[in-house]
Amino acid sequence: MNLECKHVWKHISGYLDKQLDRELLAAIEKHLESCEVCSAILDSTRNILVLTADDRTYELPVGYSDRLHARLEEVMRRS
Amino acid sequence: MSESAEIKVGMSTTATRNERDLIARVLAAETELFHELIRPYERLVYVTIYAILKNETEAEDAAQEVMISAFRNLKSFRGEAKFSTWLVTIAMNEARKRLRKAKVAAEDSLDEPVVEGEGDFTPAVLTDWREIPLAALERKELRAKLQEAVALLPEKYREVFVLRDIEELNQEETAAALGINVTLVKVRLHRARMMLQKMLVPYLKSQAPLPVQGKPARGGFFRRWFQ
Repeated sequence: MNLECKHVWKHISGYLDKQLDRELLAAIEKHLESCEVCSAILDSTRNILVLTADDRTYELPVGYSDRLHARLEEVMRRS
Repeated sequence: MSESAEIKVGMSTTATRNERDLIARVLAAETELFHELIRPYERLVYVTIYAILKNETEAEDAAQEVMISAFRNLKSFRGEAKFSTWLVTIAMNEARKRLRKAKVAAEDSLDEPVVEGEGDFTPAVLTDWREIPLAALERKELRAKLQEAVALLPEKYREVFVLRDIEELNQEETAAALGINVTLVKVRLHRARMMLQKMLVPYLKSQAPLPVQGKPARGGFFRRWFQ
């Protein structure tokens, strides 16, 4: 199966989530071996996801937990 | 099943059992235990809301409201879903409510009608792309850009992205929390990722010198360093 770039782009997410069937996966792998553009798109998307999942990207405000439990305590006392 | 998988499953079963036990005890008037019950999910609730609202003060206030609401409505938690999914659903509803109030203007301009089911979104094509070095991950501004880009996603795409790629919920949990089916989760996630790729690629370019003319633009060293 020979794929065009546009076809590969449709499956980038499925590829990253390892959800493609074997035949499609093999065809995409083959395409990626020779296509710099698609490899770049795949790599950049993957990098964004790694950055997204990094705990440092979304940090909790200092003292958040203390304030949360203090407020809950107040609610519990009144209930 | 491998040994480590067995241990993992065993641990998660124990955790669920403990959680059920905690819930029962909170409902049986040991209210103080609610603190313990929610502690593992403090981050999940805050980050879910913050990624949607992109306002620290508002997100913190909303996260408190979510936990208070969970406390008051704990009786209605049936245990069919995971407790974390139940919390995320409340968090998502709170974030949506506040978003409506704030009428985020930026979204209207981007939220063009898109036919779902077709994964024809075009990513950013960079012919001079090279992998970013690890050091790029240390850059605070890159994190800020990512947050901004996520906040600019149309709401329905942002919600799926937040739950799947920030909170790392699985497809089924995401579908349950949002009240949509798994196919739609996949379609929206793909679109969200491609939109982010397009928005962020200019900031992900490496600082490496341009390639020598006639040679491929992508060097081997940084290639796929996250694999």
